[in-house]
Amino acid sequence: MWEDLQTCVFDAPFVVIAVAEEGRGAEQARPWIEKAKPSYPCLIDENHVVSALYGMVNVPQCVWIDERGVIVRPPETAGSTDHFRKMDLTTRTLAPELLAERNAARTAYLNAVRTWIRTGKHALPGDEARARLPVITPEMAMADALFRLALHLRRQGQESEAAQHFADASRLHPESWCIFRDAQALEPSGLAGGQAFWERVNALGDKPYYPPPVL
Amino acid sequence: MATVLTDTGTHSVPTQGGLLLSPQDTERVTGWTLKPEGMCQDELCVPLTQAMKHGDRIDAAAFWRHLGNPVASDRAGETWVLGTGPDQRNQALAGLQAPDFALPDLNGRIHRLSDYRGQKVFLTTWASW
Repeated sequence: MWEDLQTCVFDAPFVVIAVAEEGRGAEQARPWIEKAKPSYPCLIDENHVVSALYGMVNVPQCVWIDERGVIVRPPETAGSTDHFRKMDLTTRTLAPELLAERNAARTAYLNAVRTWIRTGKHALPGDEARARLPVITPEMAMADALFRLALHLRRQGQESEAAQHFADASRLHPESWCIFRDAQALEPSGLAGGQAFWERVNALGDKPYYPPPVL
Repeated sequence: MATVLTDTGTHSVPTQGGLLLSPQDTERVTGWTLKPEGMCQDELCVPLTQAMKHGDRIDAAAFWRHLGNPVASDRAGETWVLGTGPDQRNQALAGLQAPDFALPDLNGRIHRLSDYRGQKVFLTTWASW
């Protein structure tokens, strides 16, 4: 959906940079990228470097960065919503009214990005941007190290030991869906959306899976 | 030989049990240089404790932990990750200057975030999973 942003003609120079957090490497992302044919840079991040640097915990999350390289909106949900939690799992479809709500939320977010590009609106003052930054704890830092180790071991074919380090990483940083999901075995669809995922989502209760951005 | 994964890359280093490295390999892996006053980087020097010294070798894992950074290793002690600690990461973000990174696209071309300075950047993540 970012192609709509990139192909808009703005007075201000603007670029979308999409980063694939793909612990299984570029080939996992290739079919998606080749199908989308994005005109913007689409990068492969097999070690989740960007998530670690910016304290991101899920996909899609985004950061708005101005012309000076300054973060003007820290990581936030990039247009996705929790409507999927009300999906009919047998048909994997949403009721029309929920679909309309989801699409409206996405459109509102995309419009906010367009407004920022044109006018600068929605860029946060420094203090407010700083207040919204994630705080990296020692446990999260250790989780990232264990996750990197596990990714490396999985690539080396050491699945069993990798699984233990994945589990330890997820235990230390339970808010990270990036760690949890990239560690999971994939379904034939290529998604890590099996029973363990849904149990974890349902355990959120009233907490959001995709916290809505505060615009 | 051990494989050491750091933010700057992947290093193969000869080691003797744990992560006991020569001063040269310690510098290559950590970016810190052994001097008479301790391990030094730019103007900063950190004294080595006795526990970090093993003859002419340095326990790079113990030194790295001493700096407040996470260390992870596999059971065999053949693969190590020297991560970046929370203080450094939080400080990097608190300045609001977007942390730079270099990643390849599907064709292997490397893109740096800083290559796009002068433009507004919408940096977004996604995944196939």
